Amino acid sequence: MSDVVLSGVFKRYGRVNALVGADLTVPAGQLTAVLGPSGCGKTTLLRCLAGFERLDAGEIRIDGTLVAGGGRHLPAHRRNIAVVPQEGALFPHLSVAENVGYGLDRAARRSGRIDEVLTLVGLAGYGDRMPHQLSGGQQQRVAVARALAPRPSVVLLDEPFSALDAGLRTGLRHDVREALRADGATGVLVTHDQGEALSVADQVAVLCEGRVVQSAPPTTIYREPADPWVAGFVGDAMLLPAVVEQGAARTALGILPVTGATADGPATVLVRPEQLRFADGRDAVAATVLRHDFHGHDALIGLRLADGTQVTARILDGAAPVPLGGEVTVRVDGAARAFPARTLAGLPAEYQLTA
Amino acid sequence: MAVALIPLAYLAVRTAEAGWDTIVGELWSTRVGLLALRSLGLATVVTTACVLLGVGTAFLVTRTDLPGRRLFAVLASLPLAVPTYIAAFAWVSAAPRLEGFWPAALVLTLCSYPYVLLPVAAALRGADPAQEEVSRSLRRSGWQTFTAVTLRQIRPATAAGALLVALYVLSDFGAVSILRADTFTRAIFVAFDLGFDRTGAVVLSSVLVALTVLLLAGETATRRRGARYARLGGARRPALRLRLGAARLPAIAALLGVAGLALGVPAVSLARRLAAGMSRPGALPEVLTAAGNSLTVSVAGAALTMLLALPLGLLTARAPGPLTTALDRLAYLAHALPGVVVGLSLIFFGINVAYPLYQTRWLLALAYATLFLPLAVAAVAGAALQSPAGLEEVARSLGRGPWTVLRTVTLPLTLPGIGAGAALVFLTGMKELPATLLLRPTGTDTLATELWTSTAVGAYAAAAPYAALLVAISALPTWLLVARSGLLDKEDRQ
Repeated sequence: MSDVVLSGVFKRYGRVNALVGADLTVPAGQLTAVLGPSGCGKTTLLRCLAGFERLDAGEIRIDGTLVAGGGRHLPAHRRNIAVVPQEGALFPHLSVAENVGYGLDRAARRSGRIDEVLTLVGLAGYGDRMPHQLSGGQQQRVAVARALAPRPSVVLLDEPFSALDAGLRTGLRHDVREALRADGATGVLVTHDQGEALSVADQVAVLCEGRVVQSAPPTTIYREPADPWVAGFVGDAMLLPAVVEQGAARTALGILPVTGATADGPATVLVRPEQLRFADGRDAVAATVLRHDFHGHDALIGLRLADGTQVTARILDGAAPVPLGGEVTVRVDGAARAFPARTLAGLPAEYQLTA
Repeated sequence: MAVALIPLAYLAVRTAEAGWDTIVGELWSTRVGLLALRSLGLATVVTTACVLLGVGTAFLVTRTDLPGRRLFAVLASLPLAVPTYIAAFAWVSAAPRLEGFWPAALVLTLCSYPYVLLPVAAALRGADPAQEEVSRSLRRSGWQTFTAVTLRQIRPATAAGALLVALYVLSDFGAVSILRADTFTRAIFVAFDLGFDRTGAVVLSSVLVALTVLLLAGETATRRRGARYARLGGARRPALRLRLGAARLPAIAALLGVAGLALGVPAVSLARRLAAGMSRPGALPEVLTAAGNSLTVSVAGAALTMLLALPLGLLTARAPGPLTTALDRLAYLAHALPGVVVGLSLIFFGINVAYPLYQTRWLLALAYATLFLPLAVAAVAGAALQSPAGLEEVARSLGRGPWTVLRTVTLPLTLPGIGAGAALVFLTGMKELPATLLLRPTGTDTLATELWTSTAVGAYAAAAPYAALLVAISALPTWLLVARSGLLDKEDRQ
């Protein structure tokens, strides 16, 4: 059980700056997801943590002990940090039990720890198989068991589910989460999948261009993103221009209560599609139905407001159907998150306005 | 890497020393012109024939419903096990008046068409059938699809095979010498061995090296232009097989005919002479002595080669970059150099720089290292890929130190490949003829040189035991090569 603290970590490959002052605290006994688009430095962060790369600046402490930084570089095998790589990387010449026992000394091997962790990942009785006799999902389970076996301070999971198909992924994700929790392990999960990060992690750290832009519990990340980019990255987002006056924003969707400390004046507000409700009433605004994207459990309805702004509403399946071209009235449920207007400038086009 | 450079450096030095006038005199003689024409002509004829024969056979054994496909595939790859000088010896001992350009072309084609067959067959098996299916669905006929899609899919493999054949023909010494076809390699050897005409030999070698470099450069240029034809994801699925129908019998007859010429003639001819050769008084001790000599020089050569190849191979696999690529190419250039040239340049090296090495087995071992380094580097690099860096990182993250990781992960995964590479170098060294002829210490005869000496004086019966033993030795690496090409794999389920 140990806290891992990265502070001001810099790492450069040639002319590419992979990490530019990344700060991250991984609380003991919890699973922290490092979430970011490809090329944001996630894997570099993990490799620095594991000790496969030397830091250019900054430091890493595990349980208060300096392991990297200030001229010190504890090699990977002394850090007590186990990794689960993307493809599992089981030793092909060793059986499942030998793979799992690789990081254990002789006494620990005899103590039944191998069977214990194999049971944790749901593979009791598979010890004599060879890796090539296992399916992709089973190989990942073995890789997780192998990492857990020596009771490392931290288990690092590098997109361990990305090579699996969607159905398998959900189940394995849940099982791995439970195995880590049952073993009391501290975990860091690197992923580019927002759903994965939000659903399994106790804490999500969003990484962008080599820097941690926000680190918080999943609900906070989704409801109170630190900036419009995070808002758009972790879920469907409508970012609307607004004018804030005394805690309320005037927008194309009406006057909305806002959260987030924002001075009066021009601002950008975040509204999630599920906040839009079809409703009548004084504060409802009129809209025309443009699109209808059916997803099974829910549907996304594309709407155009009277002033031409396009917005999206999410309705659960079973809600009253709306014909294309029909006129409806909508109302925003709950508060909108407001950002200073200038933070919108410089955003990639796809985050400007999701509609 | 200095090993790869010795031949080139010495060639340059000697050429420069010879003086400009001598060189120009040598270079612009009718004889050089004729030699160049004949060498290039031979390379062109043999390469064309090999491509036709190799691609045709590969298609028949991988993409048609030919009965006994696997048997024919093995039969068609076996000629690789017959060194050209043994095939030539077999033909000459069967028909002693056979000599000249066309017989040499025939023997070289029969021996080297598997160099095209194997990569093309592998490419045909690995090619994405979806592309052919798309072409058919866009209303292209079977033949149009074959020329527009299939032939293009296998073009890189065909080009690679053709390059191997062309380099092989340019550097071949044994067959052309036994069949008395005057090419560069034979002329170089004759100039050096009979007349001690060093300048002549050096100038001829330089021209031969220039031809080789031109060929390599041409291949690199065409390869840059053509993209790689990778399969774009998706599960492996076998292609549809062409029904041969009435063409079945002619196809079988053609394959059997080629096999008969390539394997039957040498086999019958060797068998006929073998009994007579072995019953000669004192034959057995002589063969054993020669085998012992072959063994020791090849072991020394293989050991030296692997010693040099280990760092280079690991570097190629683990730290790809411009420097490693350059080193890699350099080693291949040395591999493309004819054995005669390497032998000659190492003689100069021995006399002028490393005199203590001259007339020892170590100089011969050095020649083997120069010639076979690429084989060994490829084997080491391939083996290193068996133990990807990711595996070693996982092992370290589980608390194991560098030495433990080496012992428990890296070595168990790479040793088989490295061992196979060493075996390949060893067996190839046993077969090597021209460099061995030039560099062996006086009085030391190996299997290959004994065969050569006996053939040169027409003692075909005496040569037969050496030939038989050499074929047996060559069969092993051939088997490895064929097994690796996937030709022997069980048929994919339809």
